Amino acid sequence: MRMELIQPFINAADAVFAESLQAPTKIVDLAMDEETYRRKGIAALILIKGEIEGHVILDLAPEVALKVASHLAGSAVVESEQLARETVCELANMVIGNSVTLLNDQGFRFKVFPPEIHVNDQGLSGGTDTEAMVICIETPCGQVYLNIAMHYLHRRRQERETAPTVD
Amino acid sequence: MQQFAALLRKDSRPVRYLVVDDSVFARKNIIKMIEMFGGEVAGEAGDGLTAIAEYNRTTPDIVLMDITMPQMEGIEAVERIVRQHAEARIVMVSSVGYQENILAALQKGAKHFVQKPVKPEVLYEILRYVLSDDPSAAGAPVALAGEHRS
Repeated sequence: MRMELIQPFINAADAVFAESLQAPTKIVDLAMDEETYRRKGIAALILIKGEIEGHVILDLAPEVALKVASHLAGSAVVESEQLARETVCELANMVIGNSVTLLNDQGFRFKVFPPEIHVNDQGLSGGTDTEAMVICIETPCGQVYLNIAMHYLHRRRQERETAPTVD
Repeated sequence: MQQFAALLRKDSRPVRYLVVDDSVFARKNIIKMIEMFGGEVAGEAGDGLTAIAEYNRTTPDIVLMDITMPQMEGIEAVERIVRQHAEARIVMVSSVGYQENILAALQKGAKHFVQKPVKPEVLYEILRYVLSDDPSAAGAPVALAGEHRS
């Protein structure tokens, strides 16, 4: 588990929800997970491929997504599955965008794939055998779950470790 | 909710915006802020190609442009719009704010960049700056005597 690769996603998620909802958020649970992820609500899966690889899953109960949408819209929204999905997607984009900004500026090169929304009851495989970290963030709208698995691409890591350093 | 002094054109009419984002949800949020700033939505687009067509159709005062979109991405759309309309004022609005992206957008002719999630007070200041940058029709906002206030 490479915390230096995971921390930017945790920080970004915390910041995105705190800023979007204009209220404090709190990480209430943090655990390792080696199982296929079972979603709790509407889950957006984003794959990352390149010098660092892995996946990020953002998972919100539909009612939490709609509360967030209402908050951002400034008034109650018409409840619909489509709106809840769109909200989760946009939140995932914001979390990923903010975190990859930091990683990219650190010199990592990778491609981020658009979020795929999952609402079926099957387990969610991120396409990587890396163990994942599952984080639960408490927000004023309810709990938000993040499942993050990231690792260095082996070849790139070797190149980095053997590369001469210049002071 | 924060209140903002209206950003107006020199002719005292509302600033007209073209909002470009593939997420309807994101467009709604931006439009809500535009309304808070006293602006008017001239058009909306969900991709770069449509943005070019909408720009030609509506000739807005300001374009708020996402970067990652289907069909044609925002940076390419900026390049094409600015090639045809050198006076275009385009502000990039994206969650992906790394330096390469920002530089590429500015090099293609974008005037500014704001990262999502967009804070109304940040967008307001950027729009103020971008509008005051141009002495022509939609130039300096006239209703800036009052700073935005919480």
